[in-house]
Amino acid sequence: MIMTIASIMFAGLFYLAAVLFAGGLAYRIRDYARTPAPLKIPTTPAPLTKGGVALRMAREVVFFESLFKSNLWTWGFGWLFHAGLALVLMRHLRYFIDPVWSWVAFIQPFGKYAGLVMLVGLCGLWARRFLVDRVRYISTPSDHLMLALLITIAASGLLMTFVSHTDVIGAKNFFRGLMHFGPQPLPGDVVLMLHLLMVAVLMIIFPVSKLLHAPGVFFSPSRNQADDSRDKRHLSAWAAQLEAKK
Amino acid sequence: MAAEIKAPAYRVFPIAPAVQPGAMAETKSFVASDKIQEALGFPGQLVEDWHDRAIAKMGDLLEKYRSFKVFMDACVHCGACSDKCHYFIGSGDPKNMPVARQDLMRSVYRRHFTLPGKYFPKLVGARDLTREVLDEWYSYFYQCSECRRCSVFCPYGIDTAEITMAAREILDSVGYGQKYSNEIIGKVHKIGNNLGLPGPALADTLEGLEEDVKDACGVDVRFPLDVKGAEVLLVTPSADFFAEPHIDSLIGYGKVFHAAGISWTVSSMASEAGNFGMFIGNYEQLRKIALRVREAALELGVKRIVVGECGHAWRVAYSFWNTLTGIGAGADDPYAIQLQSQLDHSYKQPMHICELTWDLIERKVITLDPEANDKYVVTFHDSCNVARGSNMGDFFGGQFEIPRNIIKAAANHFVEMADGTTREQTFCCGGGGGLLTDDLLDLRIKGSLPRMEALQQVVDEHKVNFMACICAICKAQFTKVLPYYGFDRRVVGGVHQLVSNAIRLGDK
Ligand code: HEM
Ligand code: HEM
Ligand code: SF4
Ligand code: SF4
Repeated sequence: MIMTIASIMFAGLFYLAAVLFAGGLAYRIRDYARTPAPLKIPTTPAPLTKGGVALRMAREVVFFESLFKSNLWTWGFGWLFHAGLALVLMRHLRYFIDPVWSWVAFIQPFGKYAGLVMLVGLCGLWARRFLVDRVRYISTPSDHLMLALLITIAASGLLMTFVSHTDVIGAKNFFRGLMHFGPQPLPGDVVLMLHLLMVAVLMIIFPVSKLLHAPGVFFSPSRNQADDSRDKRHLSAWAAQLEAKK
Repeated sequence: MAAEIKAPAYRVFPIAPAVQPGAMAETKSFVASDKIQEALGFPGQLVEDWHDRAIAKMGDLLEKYRSFKVFMDACVHCGACSDKCHYFIGSGDPKNMPVARQDLMRSVYRRHFTLPGKYFPKLVGARDLTREVLDEWYSYFYQCSECRRCSVFCPYGIDTAEITMAAREILDSVGYGQKYSNEIIGKVHKIGNNLGLPGPALADTLEGLEEDVKDACGVDVRFPLDVKGAEVLLVTPSADFFAEPHIDSLIGYGKVFHAAGISWTVSSMASEAGNFGMFIGNYEQLRKIALRVREAALELGVKRIVVGECGHAWRVAYSFWNTLTGIGAGADDPYAIQLQSQLDHSYKQPMHICELTWDLIERKVITLDPEANDKYVVTFHDSCNVARGSNMGDFFGGQFEIPRNIIKAAANHFVEMADGTTREQTFCCGGGGGLLTDDLLDLRIKGSLPRMEALQQVVDEHKVNFMACICAICKAQFTKVLPYYGFDRRVVGGVHQLVSNAIRLGDK
């Protein structure tokens, strides 16, 4: 088969995006991990044990517990969006692995509708940025663009799923080819190309944008510390140096 | 500023106010003089190269504090925190929304420390650090009481207090400090306590107190100072020594020790539990102030360290003392072991006076007659630093239960304020975090609005006439602002004030 110019450009783009995404994210995570937290600052009441902290974190990541206490609209739309996103991403695994794992095959039918759920959530979140004066006040152009980007990805994906079917096998071959460093042609479908272009943009901006909330939540000292300051001495390296100086 | 400061009207519906940009832009607490600044080792005046030094300091803090770094990056502008700050609720100024307060700093962070901010500043809301921005920092980072209410509601636990502390640290480092906080820190170092009460005056005060208590209840309750070999070192906010209603709680502590037969002492070297080093986010000051307590404990040879009714002091004691000074347990370094081997670890170190009192009540070592407080219908104001920055007892939520347990043992009529205004969701009194100064009175009155609304409700529904709390700043703040809302200033008082009224003083 012939490699079109578009195929070559997309291949290059995705290699670049993958490197920036993985490299950037690894750099940020290392940076968070090595930056000390000199004082015990869990937001109390906090779990007294490490196990309790793991549970608290799980509740934050899976259910958005704090957001639930805070604002039901934001929680509802936000949770729909993220839950939908999670399912969609799991469903997408089929483009990258062969043979497809059985649980990925199992979720295919639900995954389809998860895309719709995701879109509803995104639209709700965007509406808040216009309708609630406080949220309007804090929104920057990048906040709007981020939502526009995700909506474009979701809408183009849904278009392929429900309206103008694309060559899914071809798409899969293209990415399997990339993974094995033997490029394959990309189906010449405009909607698919739009979808992929936007996905590449998302990957590239991930490590330099507010999308860092995803790794960030795990490093938040107010959520990931146990309440045991009286029982264990907690001393960061630079704070210990002050003691040595004395 | 308006000639007459008035309280804002209660809200008809308890929802967030409409944003009123610039409403508090003119509010700015007094700037520290060069003398005050230099006493703490900060530049006396705004230095010429303030821009570069501020950015360098910011870089330094980003390396030292994971909280600062992660919180700068992680915010998604979801707005969940936007209606949670009492200063926003009271003033409507959008820059008092926690996220917008953080953005004052985040905009500069993005400009100088992130790629998109360097190349596309407009797109991501990045700004240069201009003189206007610096002034804005000063204004709004001294309109945050570091109460952590916002961090309860943020899906990533972003704590605006951490950003405020970083901002104040940067401002101090370029010579732009706040008079109130920095003057007080100077007094602690020079005289030993925030209120500048020298040793001899403290001795007089305590002696006078012994006479007063003798006159009032005919019992020789002692208020000892600098007694070597006492079992307990009591570290309490200096306001307890003479301010109203604080002193009534001090009397309460004295009676508890007396009734339980525990020997105790106050130290003239560490006659202050408060630690404003936390308010200005300066680790060295925080540590230096805390070290006075370590020294006093070593010198007096005490077995236990107990902290009086003070919110931020208890946060520092509970959460930071072990780190800063080794007051606590579980250390394996010689520095901390020196002190920890002296302390009696059958008790928690440090211990809150409420933990001590409740334990004695539970073990029936002391007895309370709740009828003594029958004239009161009591409610409890959770102080923010206790509620969201510390704990008591060894169980989840002990900081909420233990003071309430004491109140219920000391008084027959207790009611809670509305859900959403107590426990971890409690509203700040409006005067914490280095804002308890008359040049910020307008802000303090506005910031107390949500608490006053909640109080009004229980006053109307249950005839509440006593709001107990365990914080010196809360007590001082409420004493000042209650009249603006039409309440008697004596509505506020300490938990140990109730204990003082109810405790049975035997011949122990
Ligand atoms: C550990 C995984 C993650 C957690 C716990 C998490 C959590 C959250 C929460 C609690 C919010 C605030 C509420 C809301 O607006 O929805 C949020 C917002 C957001 N998340 Fe995530 N998220 C995660 C991963 C991701 C990923 C992988 C993406 C990217 C594709 C993403 C994109 C977004 C966006 C764009 C917003 C802002 C929505 C708005 O503008 O209102 N999140 N996230
Ligand atoms: C390189 C990565 C990706 C590839 C190759 C890809 C490819 C595709 C394809 C071929 C479809 C059509 C499925 C069908 O017709 O049944 C689709 C649908 C979709 N895609 Fe993607 N996509 C990628 C990444 C993403 C990402 C990161 C998101 C979300 C942020 C996303 C969101 C969606 C949605 C919501 C749908 C519609 C619902 C569904 O079929 O699951 N895609 N994608
Ligand atoms: S810490 Fe308290 S005062 Fe400061 S922004 Fe958050 S809620 Fe407001
Ligand atoms: S709740 Fe947290 S993430 Fe949301 S706007 Fe406030 S600080 Fe940012």
